[in-house]
Amino acid sequence: MRHVALTVNGSRHELELEPRELLVYVLRERLGLTGTTIGCDTSSCGACTVLVGGESVKSCTMLGVQADGLEITTIEGLASNGQLHAVQQAFHEHHALQCGYCTPGMVLAAVSLIEEGKATSESAIREGLEGNLCRCTGYHNIVRAVSAAAAGVS
Amino acid sequence: MIPATFDYEVAESTEHALELLGGREDAKLLAGGHSLLPAMKLRLARPSLLVDIGRLRDLSYVRDAGDHIAIGALTRHKDVVEAPLLQEHCPLVPSAAGQVGDPQVRHRGTIGGSLAHGDPASDLPTVMLTLDAEMVIRGPSGERIVPAAQFFSGVFQTALEPTELLVEIRVPKLPSTTGCSYMKMSRRAQDWATVAVATLVERRNGSIGRAAIGLTNMGATPLRATQAEEAIAGGAAIVDAAPLIASGSEPSSDTAASAEFRRHLATVLGRRALEEAAGR
Ligand SMILES: Cc1cc2nc3c(=O)[nH]c(=O)nc-3n(C[C@H](O)[C@H](O)[C@H](O)COP(=O)(O)OP(=O)(O)OC[C@H]3O[C@@H](n4cnc5c(N)ncnc54)[C@H](O)[C@@H]3O)c2cc1C
Ligand code: FES
Ligand code: FES
Repeated sequence: MRHVALTVNGSRHELELEPRELLVYVLRERLGLTGTTIGCDTSSCGACTVLVGGESVKSCTMLGVQADGLEITTIEGLASNGQLHAVQQAFHEHHALQCGYCTPGMVLAAVSLIEEGKATSESAIREGLEGNLCRCTGYHNIVRAVSAAAAGVS
Repeated sequence: MIPATFDYEVAESTEHALELLGGREDAKLLAGGHSLLPAMKLRLARPSLLVDIGRLRDLSYVRDAGDHIAIGALTRHKDVVEAPLLQEHCPLVPSAAGQVGDPQVRHRGTIGGSLAHGDPASDLPTVMLTLDAEMVIRGPSGERIVPAAQFFSGVFQTALEPTELLVEIRVPKLPSTTGCSYMKMSRRAQDWATVAVATLVERRNGSIGRAAIGLTNMGATPLRATQAEEAIAGGAAIVDAAPLIASGSEPSSDTAASAEFRRHLATVLGRRALEEAAGR
């Protein structure tokens, strides 16, 4: 077991982790933050995407111990004071979700892309979301939502 | 899926990493974890100790070293893509690094991990072979420098000993008259290359001089298309040299493509990559 300190959505957590515990399981099972979903569990689908130090990362492909001392944001931490984040609001307005399973990962990947200044065109957004799959295949509305949010933010 | 149990140590310095690595026979280095962790989840790798070098910030850099650009092994793909020195002096590297996986993969994966892993479907090994780059390796008995042509020895095999650390990659500063291109074809957006081709072309007012051509996923290691290179050096036009690009390669057949289709792809992508590098 290893002592690890994580800051998740602004709250500090001190945990004893087995090195093999993946970050996604730490978030879901240790901290009860089940908004982060597991799709493929093989680094391919992006459902488990969270922000580590503000950047999108697949949490099924990172160990909890690797996140020691780092800041993590999950979908539960995006809204503030009861106000949806601009990307969440845009997903709502543009009907960018169907079953919703890919949505937390899509939203966080989009937040990272916009923050990095890379959501500059429709094709840049499509390429920038290449690590996230939507089994309901609602990509058009997802891209519309991210374009709208990027225009609002910048 | 959860990996089998293992011990975990964080390396505080390169020396510390070497010490930890030498202390246990089946210890493995953990950089970005984007090749190793998937393999461990599938039990394709079962090291008993992971030595985490991911926090060695002093091995994450892109520096002007006079006649070459030095890249620290722990530099993430994302930082390679954005490095102004590489964009200016060796744009083939950021161009290929930007085609690795997806943004999430590029936020974690490192150039050193990519090269040390020795996957013939990976992009950066081919780029290093095409550039005649050099690998700086540190081990228990000191430092040695291995040219890319001697570094990749087989599928998932490199010149690295289990007790050694890749610390730096040295890539040449290309003259402004040298054009480059990396063209990759994959079945799905974020995927590894079915085939990819890296090219460097010396431009000589309207015609072309020498060319270097590297192939991804056309054999057990990245390869140089020597016959096509020789044809171009001998004055052949791109269209005449391109059909030779797959000569001497031994691509495999799998669910993504047959060997024959891979050979075809290499000649088509190769011609386009030569034309792009030649500025046409
Ligand atoms: C979904 C997905 C898509 C991908 N797509 C592509 C792609 O299109 N093209 C591509 O090229 N790659 C692709 N990759 C692989 C990616 O580039 C990895 O980042 C890279 O192969 C390994 O780098 P890493 O830092 O994650 O290494 P790790 O996984 O940490 O390590 C890989 C291996 O190298 C060893 N190692 C690491 N660093 C060193 C070092 N400094 N010295 C000695 N040994 C070392 C480790 O012990 C291990 O054996 C993809 C990965 C994923 C998960
Ligand atoms: S669950 Fe992590 S990428 Fe699919
Ligand atoms: S909304 Fe169902 S998977 Fe994307």
